[in-house]
Formats: sequence, structure tokens, C-alpha cells
Amino acid sequence: MTEDKNTSPRTILGYSDKLMEHFENPRNVGSFEEAEDNIFTGMVGSPACGDTMRLQLKINPDTEVIEDVKFKTYGCGSAIASSSILTEWIKGKTLEEAMAIKNIDIAKALDLPPVKVHCSVLAQEAMQEAVEDYRKAKAGEERTHEMKQAQTPCKLPPTDKAEQESEKTDY
Amino acid sequence: MSEQPLIYLDYNATTPVDPRVLDAMLPYFREKFGNAASTSHAYGWEAADAVEHARQQVADLINATPKEIVFTSGASESDNIAIKGVMEKYANKGNHLITVSTEHKAVLDTAKYLEDRGCKVTYLPVDKYGRITPEQVEEAITDDTVLISVMLANNETGVLQPVKEIGAVAEKHGVYFHCDATQAVGKVPIDVREMNIHLLSLSAHKIYGPKGVGALYARNRNPRVRPEAVIHGGGHEQKMRSGTLNVPGIVGLGAACEICMNEMEAEIPKLATLRDRLEQGIMEQLDEVYINGHPTERLPNTTNLSFSYIEGESIMLMARDIAVSSGSACTSASLEKSFVLVAMGLTDALCHASLRFSLGRFTTKGEIDHTIERIVKAVNRLREMSPLYELAQKGVDLDKVEWKDDHHH
Repeated sequence: MTEDKNTSPRTILGYSDKLMEHFENPRNVGSFEEAEDNIFTGMVGSPACGDTMRLQLKINPDTEVIEDVKFKTYGCGSAIASSSILTEWIKGKTLEEAMAIKNIDIAKALDLPPVKVHCSVLAQEAMQEAVEDYRKAKAGEERTHEMKQAQTPCKLPPTDKAEQESEKTDY
Repeated sequence: MSEQPLIYLDYNATTPVDPRVLDAMLPYFREKFGNAASTSHAYGWEAADAVEHARQQVADLINATPKEIVFTSGASESDNIAIKGVMEKYANKGNHLITVSTEHKAVLDTAKYLEDRGCKVTYLPVDKYGRITPEQVEEAITDDTVLISVMLANNETGVLQPVKEIGAVAEKHGVYFHCDATQAVGKVPIDVREMNIHLLSLSAHKIYGPKGVGALYARNRNPRVRPEAVIHGGGHEQKMRSGTLNVPGIVGLGAACEICMNEMEAEIPKLATLRDRLEQGIMEQLDEVYINGHPTERLPNTTNLSFSYIEGESIMLMARDIAVSSGSACTSASLEKSFVLVAMGLTDALCHASLRFSLGRFTTKGEIDHTIERIVKAVNRLREMSPLYELAQKGVDLDKVEWKDDHHH
């Protein structure tokens, strides 16, 4: 560990100040309204794994600029901080610029302990998934993370299938 | 952040040395520094006397006799002697060991070590509360069984095993019964005769004594069991554990045991009240919080809770003025979930969402109330950030979602 990394007397779990800052004050937490247009979603990980990230991008279809971004993460401090810093970086960028961000950039910026580097990988994958969602929508293909729940459910997947199930119960 | 006092709720991990224990130990670092085996001068006699006094104090706590107490470096060592020593000494009786899937690693790794060398081991599965039944033990016994090892209280959940009944089954079949009582000593009354226990492990640092010292109880009649030594070299402790005795440590262990004996009756209900206050305080302010373990058959000081839809390490980080531990993979050096919770049938998600709170002698009501507030706040904040919580709120059945999980930890 470098000397100038930490000015606080106690390093929690080997976490840097920057990581703790993102953990305490995560940027862009939340979800877009269902009715909003041009929202594309990537969700990766699983509860079984202990890490799940959902990233939502509001992409301007003409400029392909990421106008707004929201995330929610289930996971440890490193997972939450990795998602937060990613959203901070990609807001206002073009898709191309955003896709150029690599997980090691996140790991370096947060000074992730080696055992936590996989959390940055998850963040990168969430972004790739979201961009894939956009690509599919653009190409007219079936999407796996259709967040518009008011619509008639698609034939496939995860969120929609779950919604179909929930429609059967009494709420 | 660094100025906030840290509230310690991890007493099952270790305990501070009671000031009275430290006072008892200090002379044996200073002027009374003799080797207890130096039989030819007063320095040695003084040390030997102190050791024998401590031996009586340990024996009294569990209703044993002093000759049945062997001093060791801790419960891990005691477990090793009990298991390896018994299986070796009584190899003519058989080659089968019965234990439980939720035992401490000091027992499980030792069993595995023997298994790799030809011993047959049965690892009994537990129910959803983490308990086994005496019937399970009886069913597993064969003509080849030499030893049964079952802990009295589990370190992660506090769950108590029906040890007296298991001991009775062991005796019925002429099998030795070892009980790792490390977490139970001082928190529940123990009587090795009444509970049919033939061998017992205990450790000083769980009962406000120093680290690095413990004891093994090995019964000397009805039945007599004398395990082979694991450490040889001089024949100390009736040849069961060689090596110069850690006199200050042993004095500390003895003092700690005596304090337990005198104060347990008052301390146990006090711990239970505080623990219940913590548990209820948290559960009445948060939904979907689950107790891991049996609600009543458990230690008075422990509560292991799972907080659905969020992860353990992040809770600890957000409420970092409170020292607890978690069953989440993220908090383990090996990135593995708690094997105890897994053995109880908890889903992976609930394992990752678990926290263990273990209270102790110096825990105050104020600390509990502060903890409730911090935990509730942390959980609510993290749930706001959790996609799982959002999906659950919308009525989505998370078990039916197809998660995209390509990467491997």
C-alpha cells in the first residue's frame, strides 16, 4: 500500500478514502420512472453470489450520449463504490467513451484490495449489459431487461417472467 | 470517524481480560516466575501451587476433579488431543468417529486429517435450526465407533446441542463422548457427570481470560479415558501434554473460571435480557429479518440475524462503530460463505446477509440501544440502494428471476 493513499488513522478493511467516500455518498442511486423513454438496463450478478448490480442508462438515440444514469447495487462496500464511481464517469459521455472504461480503471481509482477487484469487473459487465440492451432495442431484437412493466410481457425474460408470476398472486 | 468509540459486540470471537484476572496473573510474570516443574526450590513450589489451585478452579466450574484437567494452549489444542489422542489410543476398539457438520474447524479439520489417514468419519447433518438429535447419533453408531464429538454451543449461531442425551447414547454403546464446550463455558451451567461427558475442551480467552491457554477434561473413571499425547517431551500433565506450563496463563484461566462460577447465575439473565432487547429492537423496526438458529435452545448472549436483500459487509461498513461479524463470503479471507449457515440450509443470499451479534460481561443497555439505531439506519439505507429490495417491493419472486451471473469469484 502506498504511503500517500490514506490520511485517516484507521483503514477500514483496507479501504481507501476515495472508496469510503463513494460508499458513504454514492452518486446516482435510484431507478428511472417506468414511463421514461430511452432507458436501457443492465443487471448482472446474483443474490447467491453476494453481488448484484443494476445499471440504467438514459441514452439520447441521436447523439448516443448517456444523458443520465442510475444504479442500484446489492453487495459489499467495494461493489457499491465501484458502481457509484462508474456512474459518475459515464454520465455525459458517449457510448463509445463509456465502453472504453475498463474495470482496472475502477480498481485503480478506488485502490481496491486484490480480493475485491472482481467487484470492478461486475461494474464493467453491468455497463456492457446496459449497452447491449440499447443495441438490441436499436436492432429491434428481444430485450432481456425490459423495464416497462405496463406493456404486455415479452416472450422471454427475467423481469417479465417474474412479473407474470406475480400477477397470479393477490396483492 | 476515528474518534468514535467502537462498540464491541463480538464476544464469541474473543473477550477482554477481566481486570481481576489480570491482577491474579501479574505476580507470575514478575516475582513468582518459577517453572512449575522445578521441584527443588521455592520458586518452583510456588508456581506448582498456583497451577494446582487453578486446576481446582477449572474442575469446580464443570464438576470434574483436578486430576481430570490437562492444561493446553487452548481449545483447538484440546480438540486435537481429544480426537487424535483417543482415536489412536483406542484404535483396537475401532476406527470410526462421529461428529457434526457444524463443528468448529478445530474439530472438523482434525477429523478430516484422520479421515485422510484411513479413519472413517460420519458428519451428521443438522436441521434448519442447526441441531442434531440423539437418535441420529444412535443410528450412526457401529461396532467400529470409538468416539463421538459434538459441541455444546455453536460459535456462529449460539445453538445448543442436546448434549446430555447424546452422552447417554454414547455410554449405552460404550463409545467415548467429547464435547467442545468453548463457547458454552460461563454462559450455560456445565456438569460433566450429569451431562455424560467424557472429554471436554475449553479456552480461557472466551471467558475473560488470556489468549493462548485452555484445558482438556479427560475423565478418569466410569469410564476412564486417557488420550495419547499430541505433544511429547517430558511427560507433563500425566503424560497427556508435555511442555513447560504457562503458569501466568493457567493462573488466569483458573481465575476466569472462578469468576464465572460465582457470577454466572446473575450474568446469564442479564445477557439474555440485553440480547432480546437488541433482537426485538431491530426486528420490530425492520421487515424481513430472520433469526438463524433455534429461538430458545441457544446461548443467552448470541443472535445471528439475516437481513434480506442486502449484504453483511456493507452493513458492517455502514455501521462501523459497531464490532460484529458476518457469515457473508465478502468478509471471509477465503471468500467462502459461513459453512455453518450453509449446513443449516440457508440460501446463499441469506448467508451473505447475515450478522452475528454476541454480547458479554461489559455490554451496556446504552450500547444496545445505540446499536439498534445504527443497524436499522444502515439496513434502511442499503435497502434503498438494493435492486433486490426494489424488485421484492414490486412483488417479484427473486427465486424465479434468471440472474445473469457469468463471472466467477
